[in-house]
Amino acid sequence: MKVLSIAFNTFRENLRDKLLYNLLIFALLMIGSSLILMRLTLGEFHRLILDIGLGSINFFGVLIAIFVGIGLVSKEIEKKTIYTIISKPVARFQFLLGKYVGLSLTLLINTAIMACGLLAVLYMQDVPIHAVLFKALIMIVVEFMVITAVALLFSTFSSATFSAIFTLALYVIGHLTPDLKAFGEKMGGLGKTILEGMYYVLPNLDRFNLKGHVTHQLDVPTGDLLVIGAYGLAYTAFLLTLASVIFQRRDFR
Amino acid sequence: MNIDSEQIITVHHLSKIFKVGFWGRRVTAVDELSLDVQRGEIYGFLGPNGAGKTTTIKMLMGLIYPSQGTAHLFGQPVGDRAAKAKVGFLPESPYFYDYLTSREFLRFYGHLFGLLGSMLEKRIDELLELVGMVHARDLQLRKFSKGMLQRVGIAQALINDPELVILDEPMSGLDPIGRKEVRDLIVRLKESGKTVMFSSHILHDAELLCDRVAMIMKGKLVACGLVSELIDHGTTQEVEMVVDRLSPEGIEALRPLAMKTVLHGERVMAILASQRQVDDALEILRANKAKLVSLIPHKASLEDLFIRKAKGVQQVVEVHA
Repeated sequence: MKVLSIAFNTFRENLRDKLLYNLLIFALLMIGSSLILMRLTLGEFHRLILDIGLGSINFFGVLIAIFVGIGLVSKEIEKKTIYTIISKPVARFQFLLGKYVGLSLTLLINTAIMACGLLAVLYMQDVPIHAVLFKALIMIVVEFMVITAVALLFSTFSSATFSAIFTLALYVIGHLTPDLKAFGEKMGGLGKTILEGMYYVLPNLDRFNLKGHVTHQLDVPTGDLLVIGAYGLAYTAFLLTLASVIFQRRDFR
Repeated sequence: MNIDSEQIITVHHLSKIFKVGFWGRRVTAVDELSLDVQRGEIYGFLGPNGAGKTTTIKMLMGLIYPSQGTAHLFGQPVGDRAAKAKVGFLPESPYFYDYLTSREFLRFYGHLFGLLGSMLEKRIDELLELVGMVHARDLQLRKFSKGMLQRVGIAQALINDPELVILDEPMSGLDPIGRKEVRDLIVRLKESGKTVMFSSHILHDAELLCDRVAMIMKGKLVACGLVSELIDHGTTQEVEMVVDRLSPEGIEALRPLAMKTVLHGERVMAILASQRQVDDALEILRANKAKLVSLIPHKASLEDLFIRKAKGVQQVVEVHA
C-alpha cells in the first residue's frame, strides 16, 4: 500500500516532467525518420526500420532510466521532500522500492507508446511482424529495469552528476562484457582474473539485446527468454537490496 | 504511571558528531542533551541559529542516527513505526512536491498512514479549512507563497490526527499575521489534547505559548524548565523611575541606590536593580519634595535570559580556547 502510493506519486511526478515528453517526441520522430531513410536505401528496408526503431526505443528508454533514475533519491534529499516521508511510518526500503516501481511503470508505458509508433510504421510499410519483435521489446524493458536499479543504487550515496556518469559508464561496459572476457583470456595472469571477475560481477546487458534476432527473423526459444528474464530480475533484486542497505544507514542532513 | 506526567519524548545524553569536509573533521552538533516532554504541554525548543535544534529534531524523527545516547517517543526507541504513526512533523522551511495540488498532496500523505476513501477526503477538507487553504485546494504547490506552503505543511503534519506534533521553526519566514495564526493553531492543538514541541529562535513566540522550554546553545542544554520560573530565577527585575524637581542633594542620595542615573534638565531617570530599592528611593523623593513622574518595572523576558546565557557560553568558549 505505502509502496504503491509512493510509486504512484513518482509516476505522477514523471508524467508532469517536461523532460519525459521531449524524449518521447524525439523517440517517435526517430522511429518515423526511418521512413525517410528507407528511401535512400536499396532493398533490405525492413531491416532498417526494425534496426532504427528498436535502437531508438532502447536509446531513449535508457536516457529516461538514467536521467530520471539518478534524480529519484538525490532530488528528494536535495529538495528535503524526503524528510516528510521518512518521518511517517514508512520504512526506508519501502520508500526506495516505491520510487523504483514508479519509474519502472513510467518506462513500461513509455516503451509501450514507442512500440506502438514502431508497429504503426511497420504496418504502414507492410513489414511482416514476427513474435520475436515482442520478445525483443520485453527484453528491452528488462534491461531498463536493471539500468534503473543501477541509477537508483548510485543515487543513494552520490550526487546526481556522479550517478549519471557512473550509470552511463556501467551501461557502456555492460554491453561490452563479452569483450572483457575475451580480452582477459588473451592477457592471462592477473589481468585475466580481474577482467573475468568484472565479467561475472557487472551486468551482462548484451544478453538483453535481441535486435539481431529481430532483423534476421530468428526466433528465440521461450526457455532462453525465461533464463535471460530471470537473470535480469535477479540482478535487479541484488541491486535494490544493496541500495536499501546503503540507504538504511544514511543520515539526511 | 500518572497520566498527567506521562512522558511523550524522552531524550537521554543524546549526542551527534558529524564528520565534515575531505578530512572528516569532527563537529559536535548536539552534545549530551537530555530533556523530556510531558503529555499535553507546549514545549519550546529554543536556541540561536546553528545551535543544534534541527539536528536534535531530525534524530527524534529518525532522519539522522545519534552518535551517542538514546531518544524515545511514546516509550519506543526513535524510528519505531508504531510510534511514528502517532507523530506529526513539519520540517524547517519545507519544500514539498510542487507538481501536486494541495488536495493531491494531502491525499498522498494520508495514504502513507493507510488512510483511504471518504474518511480521508473528509479529513483533508477539515484540515484545509483549519489552515485557511480551502481556496487553493486545486492549485499546484509551485504557485504557492512561503506562507501558503507553511500552512499546507502544517496540514500535512496533522493528517493522521497525531498525539504529538513536532514543528521545526514553524514561525520563521512568516509575516506577523501568519505568525499569529500559527500561534493560535498551536494553542488550539493543545486545547484538543495534543502535545506540541516546536523549535524557534523567536523568543517572544515561545514566551507567549510555551508551558516549558529548553534552551540550547552550541549543542548543549543551557536552561530548561517552566517559562515563569526561568524568567524569575534567571533574570533580575529592574525598575525604571522618572522624577522631576529633585534637588542636587537628592540626586546624590539616589545615585548609590540606582544602577544608572540619567539627567535631563529638571528630569532624572534612575534604573533600580530590583523592587527592594524602590522604598528607599521613594523616601528620598519625599524628603526632597520631588515629583514622581513614573515608576515602571521592566518585565524580564526569555530574551534577557537568552542573551545572558549566550554571553556565558561565549565566555566558556573563550576560556577553553
